[in-house]
Amino acid sequence: MAALEVHEVTMRFGGHQVLDRASLAAEAGAITGLIGPNGAGKTTMFNVITGLLTPTGGKVHLDGRDVTAVRLHQRARMGLARTFQQLELFSMLTVRENIRVAADIRKRWSRDRSDCAAITSEIIERVGLGAVADDRVTSLPTGQGRLVELGRALAARPSVLLLDEPASGQDEQETERFGTLLRQLADDGAAVVLVEHDMALVMHVCDRVYVLDLGHLIATGDPASVQADPAVLDAYLGTSRAVAP
Amino acid sequence: MEQFLIFTIVGLSLAAIYAVIASGLVLTYTTTGIFNFAHGAIGMLAAYTYWQLRFDWGWPTPVALFVVLGVLGPAFGLLLERVIMRGLVGTSEATKLVVSISLLVAMIGLANLIWEPGVSRPMSLFFKGERLDLGVTTITYHQAITIATAVVVAIGLRFLLYRTRIGVSMRANVDDRNLALLNGARPDRVGLYSWAIGASLAAIGGILIAPSLSLDPGSLSLLIVNAYAAAIFGRLRSLPMTFVGAIVLGLTEGYLFGYLPGENQYLAGLRPAAAVIVLFIVLLVMPNPRLRTRSQLREHFPAPSPAGMAMLAAAVVAGAAVMVTTLDPSSVLTYGQIFPLAIVALSLVPLVGYAGQISLAQLSFGGIGAILAAHHGGGGTPMGLVLAIGVTAIVGGLVALPLRHLSGIYLALATAAFAVALDRWIFVLPDFDLGPLHISLFELSSTDIDPLELFGYTFASPGSRLMLSAVAFSLAALVVAGVRWTSFGRQLVAMRDSEAACATLGLNLVWPRVAVFMLSAGIAGLGGALYGMQLGTVSAERFNLVSGLPLFMLVVVGGAGLVGGALFAGIGLYGVIPLTSSLGPAIAKINAVSPGLTGIGLGRNPSGVVPLMRDGVKPLRHDPLVLGAMAVAMVVAYAARLADVYANWPFALLVGAIFLGANVVAGRRARPDGATAAPVAADADDLDWVGVTSPWTAPHLARLDEVFAADGLPPIGPLRTGATAVRTRRADPGPGATTVGTNGRSRIDAEEVVHGRP
Repeated sequence: MAALEVHEVTMRFGGHQVLDRASLAAEAGAITGLIGPNGAGKTTMFNVITGLLTPTGGKVHLDGRDVTAVRLHQRARMGLARTFQQLELFSMLTVRENIRVAADIRKRWSRDRSDCAAITSEIIERVGLGAVADDRVTSLPTGQGRLVELGRALAARPSVLLLDEPASGQDEQETERFGTLLRQLADDGAAVVLVEHDMALVMHVCDRVYVLDLGHLIATGDPASVQADPAVLDAYLGTSRAVAP
Repeated sequence: MEQFLIFTIVGLSLAAIYAVIASGLVLTYTTTGIFNFAHGAIGMLAAYTYWQLRFDWGWPTPVALFVVLGVLGPAFGLLLERVIMRGLVGTSEATKLVVSISLLVAMIGLANLIWEPGVSRPMSLFFKGERLDLGVTTITYHQAITIATAVVVAIGLRFLLYRTRIGVSMRANVDDRNLALLNGARPDRVGLYSWAIGASLAAIGGILIAPSLSLDPGSLSLLIVNAYAAAIFGRLRSLPMTFVGAIVLGLTEGYLFGYLPGENQYLAGLRPAAAVIVLFIVLLVMPNPRLRTRSQLREHFPAPSPAGMAMLAAAVVAGAAVMVTTLDPSSVLTYGQIFPLAIVALSLVPLVGYAGQISLAQLSFGGIGAILAAHHGGGGTPMGLVLAIGVTAIVGGLVALPLRHLSGIYLALATAAFAVALDRWIFVLPDFDLGPLHISLFELSSTDIDPLELFGYTFASPGSRLMLSAVAFSLAALVVAGVRWTSFGRQLVAMRDSEAACATLGLNLVWPRVAVFMLSAGIAGLGGALYGMQLGTVSAERFNLVSGLPLFMLVVVGGAGLVGGALFAGIGLYGVIPLTSSLGPAIAKINAVSPGLTGIGLGRNPSGVVPLMRDGVKPLRHDPLVLGAMAVAMVVAYAARLADVYANWPFALLVGAIFLGANVVAGRRARPDGATAAPVAADADDLDWVGVTSPWTAPHLARLDEVFAADGLPPIGPLRTGATAVRTRRADPGPGATTVGTNGRSRIDAEEVVHGRP
């Protein structure tokens, strides 16, 4: 049983269909890529999974339990955490406080007596934000802001981690380090779902890749087979006939 | 049956007025995103102006109507848009709200300034005494004109929005402002038209409703709160539903007017409060709006430092001691209001400043605190204060619980509705029994509050009560600052920025919202109780919505997330205004509009005034020597005042001069010797001021390359061709370099997109 299963989810905004019976499964200990051109419905898929949007049709399962009608914060308490494509940082707080808020929230509902300050420091070191730990988040470049969001999600100790374009704004070296970190998180047992436009990263770290185009799931498989899939080439580059000499 | 028809016509006539006003409100809100709290006040000013032209100066009705509705109304709308509203694009909802509330306060002040309050200004109905016979019943000409006006407005708006170019632009603006802009629409022109039409509709409503009421700026501005309820029926977007809402409200009021037993004291207030009760209920059942994301607020309120808070608390108590020992008894009574009302203002700091929630009912909670202190603090028992805090906190929680899904403008409206329901109905009720509880309120006029007795000491004199309030403010300020240091405080601040992010971390948003409302209401209850004690006798008018609006506004102007913001509001409204007003009638008149004008400027500096003031005295705060010298000088000045060497005004001026002098000295000492301007970039390592205080040189550019680790770039050309050099770099990115796309991502080859990098 996959840690996260999305069954034929449909999402309409008025007359505009953003997701059309799209499905996805993410296994614990694996990194699952979700790619597609802009407007494919990737972020909407994340919003449906986390409960920010209620789907027009379809189901979302976490650890085999149907959570489609479960409220947002309750899904989070079941082990679901995410980062956002458009940064959702707590702008009045420092890096440390941003992550500490997440640790405090977890402590309150889980009744876990762990030391939140220690957990926060540990996460800061893990994601590589030690040098800016006490800076206000608004002073950070986007790449580091994404690491703060990742750190915040990790403080919730998720079993399913949804990352929405986490490498955007990062340079090559940072992206490489980030890939290693993702691998470690998956090795620790988390089911990681990665929405990303940096194909090098996706192809390098993902165990399985899903491709969305205009709300439809057009391909799925291991990175090598997806790269060769004509439907994927078509979605990204236009028809092969159009670009053929 | 005939009676039923008469009340139906009364109801429809009211509905027509509400529909006209509410449609103007919806038009401006949907096209510009600004909920204009001052919409009713525009109607009020129009009614006053019409009275002036038609009844005071005797102009013919058509001319007066044309001048007000055809010239002044649209012109005022255009002026508002051009001078104030256009500057609010991109600001937070709270800032927009405060600016429009400020406008409301300023316009009420302006009306009081032009037309002396308390003078009777009767306005007769159109074609007074003439009636149309409808067969089964009759209808007055005024009612017929009112209903016909609403029908014309409905048809006119439909025509405007669907048949004219500007109307289509307006609708496009509602759907997607940016897309409309890209397709050639001009949002500024749309805004101008919207405000001109909106102001005219408010003016029509004001002129139609005023003859049935007495001309009073406050009540006339707020009577139109009823129209807000109609707008909420349409969720501030749909004009047809707004008209439906207006009909429901108008008929409800009409039938209550006809069938509610008039002699029943308990139900008498229900009719004027009916619309706001409906407003409250509609907001309760409204579907959950989506969680706030990416507020992108420009406001920033840093956590207070313990040392700073200790200094502030000590300064407040010291300041109060100076006031008590230097002011005459009547001045102590006047300025004694500063600290209790600053406590009410303080209640907004955790709510608005930390959590980003809006409540316009804080002074109403203060009223509940005052009632509890009055009826349970008999003989000065501290139980009155304890209940004022505890029970008001519970009431706050009971209000917040059903409103837990609301935020922004909807929460502001719901709390305003709660406050108006208290003003018009609950606070004016006689005593009643609720099961075993005997509830006493303001006893139909005013109620006495005994001074507190603590450890055998009675705070009987106004001076001792002022000291009590100052100490209470300091303690409450420490509590509020302490909350910011806790995990609860951090969660509130996090919620303010992104409710969505908090919820996806597992936070159930309901409890922090209810908890912060309870904390806030409890503090307001304490403030209200102390306010009552300071005055000795209080009436319901002291705690109404209109009195609370300037307080809310000035806290936000001062800095909503800062304890200093609350003190700023208290001192500004109940210290500076009475003090300067005592200098002469001209200043007193200016003071009628000055709080409103202060708030209107908020869009330019959303973090408030206190951070600017704090930055201004930064050198002084960090200079113990000058700080100590200033304290000694002030103590000497104070001792001289106690010895009657001079009176209060010279003393106040001397203290002010000492403070300013200390700032100047500390500022000079903070700068390096002889430097009066920004530091000059002396060497190549100092890049901060290059280009500002000194010209760019070759070593600076070399250093810049080093800083950005641009080793692989071609050598830079001569300095005078700096721009060309930049272009050269862009054209030749060098081996292995990537360029950055508009969304911050690297642009990579199409092949790489699919196959990844080798």
